[in-house]
Amino acid sequence: MTISSDPKQVTQICFDRINIPNQNKLSVARENGAYEFLPTVLNDFDSAKIINEVKTSGIRGRGGAGFPTGLKWSFVPRNTGKPTYLLCNADEGEPGTFKDRDIMRFDPHLLIEGMIMAGFALDVRDAYIYIRGEFLHEANVLNEAIAEAYAANLLGENILGSGYSMNLTVHRGAGAYVCGEETALIESLEGKPGRPRFKPPFPAVEGFYRCPTVVNNVETLATVPAILKFGGEWHASIGIPNNTGCKIFSVSGHVNKPGNYEVPMGTSLKTLIEDYCGGLQHGSVPKVIIPGGSSTPWLTAEHYDTPLTYDDLMKAGSFLGSGAIIVMDETADLVALTRRLAHFYAHESCGQCTPCREGTGWLERVMKRVEGGKGCAGDVTVLKDASEHMAGRTICALAEGAAAPVLSLLKHFPEDVQTRLAESSK
Amino acid sequence: MSADTVRFSEERLAEIAELVKRYPGPQSALMPVLYMAQEDFGYISMDAQKMIAEVLGLRLMQVREVVTFYTMFKEQPTGKYLLEVCTNAGCMLNGAYELADHMCGTLGIRMGETTPDGLFTIAEVECAGACGGAPVVQVNNIYHEKATPASMDALITQVRADGGVE
Ligand SMILES: Cc1cc2nc3c(=O)[nH]c(=O)nc-3n(C[C@H](O)[C@H](O)[C@H](O)COP(=O)(O)O)c2cc1C
Ligand code: SF4
Ligand code: FES
Repeated sequence: MTISSDPKQVTQICFDRINIPNQNKLSVARENGAYEFLPTVLNDFDSAKIINEVKTSGIRGRGGAGFPTGLKWSFVPRNTGKPTYLLCNADEGEPGTFKDRDIMRFDPHLLIEGMIMAGFALDVRDAYIYIRGEFLHEANVLNEAIAEAYAANLLGENILGSGYSMNLTVHRGAGAYVCGEETALIESLEGKPGRPRFKPPFPAVEGFYRCPTVVNNVETLATVPAILKFGGEWHASIGIPNNTGCKIFSVSGHVNKPGNYEVPMGTSLKTLIEDYCGGLQHGSVPKVIIPGGSSTPWLTAEHYDTPLTYDDLMKAGSFLGSGAIIVMDETADLVALTRRLAHFYAHESCGQCTPCREGTGWLERVMKRVEGGKGCAGDVTVLKDASEHMAGRTICALAEGAAAPVLSLLKHFPEDVQTRLAESSK
Repeated sequence: MSADTVRFSEERLAEIAELVKRYPGPQSALMPVLYMAQEDFGYISMDAQKMIAEVLGLRLMQVREVVTFYTMFKEQPTGKYLLEVCTNAGCMLNGAYELADHMCGTLGIRMGETTPDGLFTIAEVECAGACGGAPVVQVNNIYHEKATPASMDALITQVRADGGVE
């Protein structure tokens, strides 16, 4: 690794080795520092120390909810007589998100190393990577990397003579966005339809096959090796307090250079878009920025300078989410875009909660007629009522995510809807 | 395909026996086994589902509800080449609908249909998790990023010229 031990110098963590060719091969990864610190962790660290370092690091889950990882790990009950499972969430289905894919296809050993360290801390014997079905190539890359790791005794029995043993299995999803929700993921991994479970009990206590289970995002787990090597304090000094470390942002939409960019937390939206992404395709100020994946509320030009942190984006009225930034310039048809997202959520709702099943259906039908020039004046009220009745009344957060685009459209661009409705009445 | 022709090979059955050991319970092996069936038989017929239920010791209902819940499991044959055009946000903002229309025009079919020669099926799909390369088209699960009408026409022409031989 070329990561600096001086936190002020650090600009990237997970993507440190990303541009080195053939990093998916164990020999190449090892030349560049993969598994270098693993023996120290397995021989000199214990569970309490690892969990403590991760707590001190301040890292918050990179999958969307932003829950502190060290705290999540500390909730796992010990000595229950049941096995503890570690599940890596590589479902990456939130529209706009495409960061985990790059870690997996370009530097799979970083994820594997992070999972061995996490598994060791949590006394895990069997760990799984649940990867979305479409990522067939990435699943193959991971499987090859895992086979090499087994052959080098980095996985399997008695890893590097440490006495610790862990198995790692890649499990492919099959095209269901809701399976990214951690309890749906567990159901799916049990061979069932991916319908979210009521919480509590939380997976940490009762998860996979009713046993203690930790579910973490790919990027979260890929950060663990650096945290343990350089220390929790080191990580806590990157970014800003309560929003520590670096974060990968997947930027798409109307920017000149879309892609994944890892930057220290606190970098501004404007800096990211102008300095990293080559600015907008048209004009100089974005019309809409969706900062954390399609389920997060929209921001407008007013918030262009917002620092990219959990706290600042929340203050601005949205969420950091998965770090998927969808940028739209003045050419975007927001009514059409909202209709498209409404279709997505209606299609992906698992259907077990009435407000979600019915609400997503309504939103799609009404958005379709508004877009198609068949709307009527009352449709704005219908949209508003339907979306306001979805949040907070369902088993999982999909319903709230489904309401976000519609509510954002009505809040920030009522005139775009009105123009469409006026055309309809002609 | 009749019930007796839908059988996994001995090698597959051995592979499944190994796979089951990786999980706390055999039902967890259902999705990977469904993928095997799809690979071996092209799609997952009712007979295949019955056979899988037997192999894993599950009830048919347990197999059926999984097959129908997940969009990537196909109960009907699709064209030899499955063209999946992502039209979600990032791709839509970069011309995915125009691309999809163009491809339908080239193929002479509507969205969701299969060409009469059975070579192509075109479908609209959700975010493929590759929006940095929008618009994205998956061709039999291989990602084609920054796809254009010209690049897709070239692909279609190539497949037609080869008569669908991979
Ligand atoms: C509808 C829905 C979809 C989700 N999709 C994903 C996903 O694709 N990847 C992911 O890591 N987390 C996803 N999450 C969040 C997970 O439930 C969970 O919070 C996360 O995997 C925990 O890992 P982390 O703490 O490392 O972020 C989703 C949540 C919801 C409600
Ligand atoms: S909110 Fe929607 S997706 Fe989530 S459990 Fe309820 S019906 Fe299923
Ligand atoms: S929107 Fe098409 S790949 Fe994400």
